[in-house]
Amino acid sequence: MTQLALVIDLNVCVGCHACVTSCKEWNTSGWAGPMTDQRPYDRDPTGTFFNRVQTFEVGQYPNTETVHFPKSCLHCEEPPCVPVCPTGASYKRPEDGIVLVDYDKCIGCKYCSWACPYGAREIDEKQRVMKKCTLCIDRIYDQSLPEAERKPACVLACPTNARLFGDVHDPDSNVSILIREEGGYPLMPEWGTKPANHYLPRRKTRLRIHEDELLRADNPLKKEGQLPAPPSDSQTLDDITSW
Amino acid sequence: MHPALSVILLTTLIGVGQGLFLALYTGQVYSLANLLEHQDSQTFYALGSALSLAFLGAGLVASFFHLGHPERAWRSIARWRTSWLSREVIALPAAMLLVFLYGLVHYLEWTTPLFTVAGALPVDATLIIGALATLATFALFICTGMIYAGIRFLQEWHSALTVINFTLLGGASGFMLAAAFSAFIGVHLVGFYGTWAVILTLSALLTRGASLLRNHRLRPKSTLQSAIGIRHTTIRQIAQGAMGGSFNTREFFHHQSRHMVRMARLVFLVLVFPAPVLLLGAAWGLSSELLPILAFLTQYLGLLIERWYFFIDARHPQNLYYQSIA
Repeated sequence: MTQLALVIDLNVCVGCHACVTSCKEWNTSGWAGPMTDQRPYDRDPTGTFFNRVQTFEVGQYPNTETVHFPKSCLHCEEPPCVPVCPTGASYKRPEDGIVLVDYDKCIGCKYCSWACPYGAREIDEKQRVMKKCTLCIDRIYDQSLPEAERKPACVLACPTNARLFGDVHDPDSNVSILIREEGGYPLMPEWGTKPANHYLPRRKTRLRIHEDELLRADNPLKKEGQLPAPPSDSQTLDDITSW
Repeated sequence: MHPALSVILLTTLIGVGQGLFLALYTGQVYSLANLLEHQDSQTFYALGSALSLAFLGAGLVASFFHLGHPERAWRSIARWRTSWLSREVIALPAAMLLVFLYGLVHYLEWTTPLFTVAGALPVDATLIIGALATLATFALFICTGMIYAGIRFLQEWHSALTVINFTLLGGASGFMLAAAFSAFIGVHLVGFYGTWAVILTLSALLTRGASLLRNHRLRPKSTLQSAIGIRHTTIRQIAQGAMGGSFNTREFFHHQSRHMVRMARLVFLVLVFPAPVLLLGAAWGLSSELLPILAFLTQYLGLLIERWYFFIDARHPQNLYYQSIA
C-alpha cells in the first residue's frame, strides 16, 4: 500500500515562506477554483491557505533557538476528520493515502475541522467549503509534466530542500530512509492519528574531542623516556642497505 | 471554541421540543394508569404536539444557518454509519415526523383502543406512535450529545456527561414548558409537570455540576512540546504564519475575557437551576398562571447562556499552534 507524504526537515527550514506562497500560487490557479482572500490589501488581511510557516523560540535568552515550523495537512493514516464528515465529502484515497475534500459534496458544516487536532483544515469564506492540502494531487500525477516536476509545489519551491516528498510505506524510499535514520517523528502522537507527514528534528553537529586524543597518554616515548643511543660501533641502517 | 449562535439555538430549541413531547407522552401514560385525569386529545395533546413541533422546527431552521451550503444539506444523511452528525440529521426529521403523527392522530381523535393488553391496558394508535416518538426523541438526544462527546480532541466534551446533560437539560426545559403550557391553557397539570421539571432540573444540576468540576480538573493531553515535537520546557511562539488571523483563530478561540466567562457561568447556574425552581415554587404557592411561563422563559434564557459557556469551556488542541500572532 502506498502512503504519499511530506517529510519536513526542521534542521534546514529557514522560514522563508516560499512553500506557503508557491502552494497558494499553484492551488489558487488550479482546476478546483481559487483559494479566496478577504481584505488582502487592507487591515486584518485573511484568507485560505493550505500551508503555513510558524515560528517558535525554544529556550530562554541567551540560550535560544529559533525553529521555523511549516504546518499543513499531515494526511493521517487514521484520519479523525474523515469518519465525522456527514456527507462523505472528506475521504482518504485508498490507493495513495491522500486525504481529500470533495468541494462539490462539502456542506461547510466545519465539523471535520473540530475533529482535526492539528488545525490543518480551513474553511474558504467565499466558497464556504472546507479546504486543505491536497499534496498537489493535480501535479503529482500530471503526465504532461516532466517527471522531476511531479512533486507538490511546496517541495519544488523549497530553497533549502527542507521538504521532501515520497511514499512513507516503501521502506526503501528516500523519505522512509530519512525518517528511519534521522529520527523522523509525527506530531501529537498521543492521539493515535498516525500522521503520514513526519518532521526531522534539529540536529547539532559537534566535534567530540577527548583530551586523551590531543595528548597521547599511551605514547611509549613519554612513558619510558628517551631510548638509549645505539653503540657507536654497531651497524647502522646505512651500512646494511643501499636504499 | 467559538460559540456559534445557530448551534446554540439548535441544541436548546430541539431540547425543549423533545422534552415537551416526552412530557406530553408521560402525561398520557400516567392518565392511562389513572394516576392523572384524562386530557382532551385536541386541545391538549394535539396543541402540545404542535408546540413541540414548532420548537423542533425552529431548531432545524437554526441549524441551516450553520452550514456553508444549506442547499446541499440533504447529502448529510450519507455517512450515518460513522458520523453522529449524519445520524442527527436522520433522527431530527424522524422525531419531527413521529411527533407530527402523534399530534395528528390526537387531533383526528383516533383514540379508540385497537387492542387491550392483559385485559386492562387499552392500546390506541397514539400510544404506539407516542412510544416510537419517545424512542426517536431519546435517539435524537444521544445523537446531539454524541456530536460533541464523540470528538476525543475536545476533552471537555469527550465524556458521557455531555450526553446526559443534553438529555436532562432538554427534558427539564421541556417539562418546564409543559407546566407553562398547562398553566396557559388552564389544565390542572401544572403541579405534575412542575414536579417533574424540578426533579429533572435538580438532576441536571448534579450532572452539569459534575461536568464543570471535571472540566476544571482536566489536564490537556497535548502540549506545545508534543505539538511541534521539541523537548524543551520553554517554548514560545513568535509567529503563526498570518498577521490578520485565520479560520483557526476565528473558529477555535472565543476571544472573551476571563471575567465575562466567569460571569456567564454564574448567570447560567442561577438562571437554569434555582431561579425556575423558585418561580415554580412561588407559582404553586400563589397558584399563579403567569409564573410557570416566566419560569420556562428564565430557564430557556439560562440554557442559551449554558450552551454558550459549553463552547467557551472547550479548549481545542489546535490552539497550541495559534498562541501568538507575531
